[in-house]
Amino acid sequence: MQSEIILRMEGISKSFPGVKALQNVDFVLRKGEIHALMGENGAGKSTLIKVLTGVYEKDAGQIILDGRNVVCRSPQEALSMGIGTVFQEIALCPNLTVAENMFIGRSQNSFVRWKEMNAKAAQLLDSLGIPASPTQELSSCSIAVQQMVSIARAIDMDCKILILDEPTSSLDEDEVKKLFALMRELKARGVGIIFITHFLDQVYEISDTITVLRNGELIGEYQTAALSQIELISKMMGKALSDVSEMKKQEPQTSSDSVPVFEATGLSSAAGVRPFDFRIEKGEVNGFAGLLGSGRSESVRAIFAADKVTSGEVKINGKKVKLKTPLDAMKNGIGYLPEDRKHEGIVGELSVRDNIILALQVMKGFFRPLSRKQAEEFANEYIEKLGIKTPSINTPIDSLSGGNQQKVVLARWLLTHPMYLILDEPTRGIDVGTKVEIQKLVLRLAEDGVSLTFISSEIDEMIRVCSRLIVMKDREIVGELSGMNVTEQDAMHMIAQGGKGHV
Amino acid sequence: MSKLKKHINRSSHLFLPLSVLVLLIIVNLIKGADYFRITMVNGAFYGNIPNILFGASELVILSIGMTLVTAASRGQDISIGENGAITSAIFVWYVLNAGEVTLLTILVGFFISCVAGILIGAFNGTLVSVFNVQPMVATLILFLGGRSIAFMIDGKVSPILANEISNKIGTVIPGIPIHTPIILTAVFIAIVAVVLKKTNLRLYVESVGINPSAVRLNGIDPKKIIFLTFLIMGVCSAVAGFIAVNKAGRHDSVNLLKFIMMDAILAVALGGNSLGGGKFSITGSIIGAYTIEMLNRTLLRLEVNPEAIKAFKAVFIIVLMVIASPVVRVFVRKVLDKAKTIGKASSLSTPDSRQMD
Amino acid sequence: MESPNTTKPKTRLSNSNLLFMIAGIIFVLMYGFALIRYPGSFMQFQTFFDLFNLNAALFIVTLGLCVVMIAGGIDISVGAVCGLVTMACAMLLQSGAASIWGALLLALAIGTAFGVLHGFLIAYLEIQPFIITLSGMFLAQGLLTTLHKDPINVTMPAFVALRNYTIEIPWLGTVNRLGYFIPCEIKPGVIVVVVLIILYAILMKWSRFGRNVYAIGGNSQSARMLGINVKRTRFFSYVICGLTAGISGFVYLMTTGAGNIGNGALFEMKAIASNVIGGILLNGGVGNLLGAPIGTMTLLTINELIRAAGVQSNLQAIVSGLLLYLFIVLQSIVMSLRGERKFRIVLPPWLKP
Repeated sequence: MQSEIILRMEGISKSFPGVKALQNVDFVLRKGEIHALMGENGAGKSTLIKVLTGVYEKDAGQIILDGRNVVCRSPQEALSMGIGTVFQEIALCPNLTVAENMFIGRSQNSFVRWKEMNAKAAQLLDSLGIPASPTQELSSCSIAVQQMVSIARAIDMDCKILILDEPTSSLDEDEVKKLFALMRELKARGVGIIFITHFLDQVYEISDTITVLRNGELIGEYQTAALSQIELISKMMGKALSDVSEMKKQEPQTSSDSVPVFEATGLSSAAGVRPFDFRIEKGEVNGFAGLLGSGRSESVRAIFAADKVTSGEVKINGKKVKLKTPLDAMKNGIGYLPEDRKHEGIVGELSVRDNIILALQVMKGFFRPLSRKQAEEFANEYIEKLGIKTPSINTPIDSLSGGNQQKVVLARWLLTHPMYLILDEPTRGIDVGTKVEIQKLVLRLAEDGVSLTFISSEIDEMIRVCSRLIVMKDREIVGELSGMNVTEQDAMHMIAQGGKGHV
Repeated sequence: MSKLKKHINRSSHLFLPLSVLVLLIIVNLIKGADYFRITMVNGAFYGNIPNILFGASELVILSIGMTLVTAASRGQDISIGENGAITSAIFVWYVLNAGEVTLLTILVGFFISCVAGILIGAFNGTLVSVFNVQPMVATLILFLGGRSIAFMIDGKVSPILANEISNKIGTVIPGIPIHTPIILTAVFIAIVAVVLKKTNLRLYVESVGINPSAVRLNGIDPKKIIFLTFLIMGVCSAVAGFIAVNKAGRHDSVNLLKFIMMDAILAVALGGNSLGGGKFSITGSIIGAYTIEMLNRTLLRLEVNPEAIKAFKAVFIIVLMVIASPVVRVFVRKVLDKAKTIGKASSLSTPDSRQMD
Repeated sequence: MESPNTTKPKTRLSNSNLLFMIAGIIFVLMYGFALIRYPGSFMQFQTFFDLFNLNAALFIVTLGLCVVMIAGGIDISVGAVCGLVTMACAMLLQSGAASIWGALLLALAIGTAFGVLHGFLIAYLEIQPFIITLSGMFLAQGLLTTLHKDPINVTMPAFVALRNYTIEIPWLGTVNRLGYFIPCEIKPGVIVVVVLIILYAILMKWSRFGRNVYAIGGNSQSARMLGINVKRTRFFSYVICGLTAGISGFVYLMTTGAGNIGNGALFEMKAIASNVIGGILLNGGVGNLLGAPIGTMTLLTINELIRAAGVQSNLQAIVSGLLLYLFIVLQSIVMSLRGERKFRIVLPPWLKP
């Protein structure tokens, strides 16, 4: 593709105290191009974006936009130059209407012309196929629609460059499709799109070009069609992916007469999952497969009693128990690592130490605090075991990288020595290296006799570690796959066919 | 060296209240070098420092409760003064109706007032934790109605606590040189310290204040913890009311502990705590409370017109908050860094700098 | 079928309007009850107008505070500033150094000065609003007591004329026992209230500034990303609140005719309560400006009702506290029922360190 270059970043460097976040990085974006920016966490993707949009001041290098050397000092200034950004966390105001969210902060008029604004918004939403009404409050829209609204806003501002920073991480497949359709539409209009994601499949589906960063350095720019997935991963990680193939998952236990570690019949919760039966054997790794919103998270939350359980009978090691609150589940040896790390996993300002001991501490009870020494020993033990990179055990957890935060939350549950551990998307939003580490850890735990339920949006990951897949669709279980030779296609097939008349 | 640095870092939240305290002491010493002089009158200590410790008793106790409420619920209880007025009214009512005043009746009265405090805390706590009402709004109810309740309990007069034991509790016990409220406050602080040491209160409260949904999935019920902090606040109010009414010797439902919530919230903020919840320092709040009392007395000592004291106090707080504000801190750091780089640049010319490469 | 509700109604009421409607319904019910139970006093239009005549200043303070609360802030100095203005203006008028216009100017100046001080410290230096406006309250009270401790009755003829000036509504009124028709009267302060309500309602609904206020109250970080100057908007929300408090002080003086230390006492709490009843949440971003006067009217009607019921004066506070309790619980239940979908505790922005 020989289109004209609209953005050229040359020799960009940026360092923070103690870290060289970017070193002499070049980046080029062409008109009508979807350009994936890839790299592990800490590779410098977000720093590059922040330099481009004026959140950070660069130490060296230049940004040439449309042939002119420019300096952005703030996202607003970037916007005025035609660089729009859609962040992973929705940067809109939930209490305003859809139309307002599209137009606020842009007009210099002292007064708002509601009619005109709503009409314009309706037209734009229509032309982009976004299912929202201009006058509806943003908070009443789904996350996907909110994301599209923020894209619509950027488009209406005549952005020549659109940055999408992990826009798909909270969308289900249908919504991703809609988003991609929108991106193709924009591409046709000549907008250059910088696309950041952790989903490799999506990169191959939509992008034209890939730029890979590693440790703040540029590895190279490639045509997507000419770069295989394995090559891409090895470029991102800087090492061959032999680790992955080394992993050996457990044979599924077939002895049907053994007493399951956990068994539920007719379990359902207030979060809206249909009554389901479920069992897991000692040392088994199984997984709930299905699309986002299929009820896979709701199911495991029902097992852990994270949502209000409305029906069902639970047996642990063959003994009937009542699990009403997460604490009941914990006391019965169940651990649960939630999907939403930031809002439900970490306790932000608290130290790594306190985050690690939290669950154990709660199980010991309010009146039996661990001594400081004990707590430090536990924390150090697991920091070492899981290779958590932290300056000290007293560092607040929110200053760690995503992968390390996840390891801390994992350590929290490992410390309670659970019999049965539920991991809901433990690898979401973290770098490939840590992903592999976590997968290996899961298998190691299973070898030690811990039962695990593993959920991931990436089906290949689940196939790699799970010996049994429970396939869900529309909030019910539609089938089960087990055995060593399950393939991605099998699972996809079942997800697609299992339900009632879904295309 | 590095240990010292670590220690300083860990207690950096105490920087603000301690520096204010030092500043106030300096001002007072300039005013008169005899600031720390303590005299013995009738077997009890008097002087500036004992006066501050005596005067701040109720505030210290209330700011401890306020710290916990703030940390867990991310809001403030503005009804603490009114609650203290109610519980102390109950205390007075019991003591006056229990016949002969003995140590036992006082203790029983105190106990009953604490129970009342817990009930009041439960009322506020239910609104905040069960009904999800913001603390300031929830406690607005008792703030507006509390004094009337106290007035009703009093039976429309301000009853006088004329007995020897109350007098001893409010002032001094013969033979002990330290005023009783100071001792009571110290005991209270010690109890709180033991509770913090022997339970997970700190971990639970901080976690709940930082991330309630995460905490719920780790087996802590945030509602219960928030409720608990309000119960503790209720006890604090009762103890403060008990001390205040014994100090005063009579129950004035209109003026007892009036507007003390302002000072208590201020003490919490001065102590380096975020009013948005999360991590907390009770030590900071206690120092903050004493600082406020010292500030009040310093202004009196400087012979500021009593009418203008509030204005001076306001200016002082504003200046303090400006100095402590993150924006100003960042700005100062930037300026200092620039000065440093200039310093470095000039040192590059010295021979030692060759070793840097 | 218990299938999840995937199609959402598009005409879903916004939180602001829902709370406003609740406030409106509660007020109508309350006033309706008052009319039926105590027709003797409440049937008279004058009783309704007197709510405004006597409490014009409170209405105004509540309006200003409403803007700050929607922006996600709080200003607890409003009552003290109002009191300070009454005293300062009373002294100025009594000294004969200035005309009524001069006094009005002084009122506006004092209010604006406090607003600018608060706004600057809170918006640009990012200090917690509670502490700053608490200091502002202390400052205003301190200045007030320093200025003058005893009540000052303004005897300036022009001012007395203004104080006593009433506007008669010839077509509305009551016939007394002797058969005379007594027209309803309203005070000039009420005109100020009405004008300000209209002005502020327009400001919040149709002006760029007003919408920006909603945006920063809803999510200040997002608002910044959307290109809104958050600091400036926050700054001006406090300036407006201060200015309004200044106006309320002048109206207070116009109503009572005297500067007094107790003027405007507890206004901040009453104003917060009024706004909460009116459906303006302390979290920010939610609330309809018209909720402020509705809330104030509800609060005042409650007081009138209690008075009409002949309840002992000290019980009044308790009863109004109980009613406030009912409102808050009702609001909370309604909000949580609708929020069932997704409920997350949101940290009010002004509480962030």
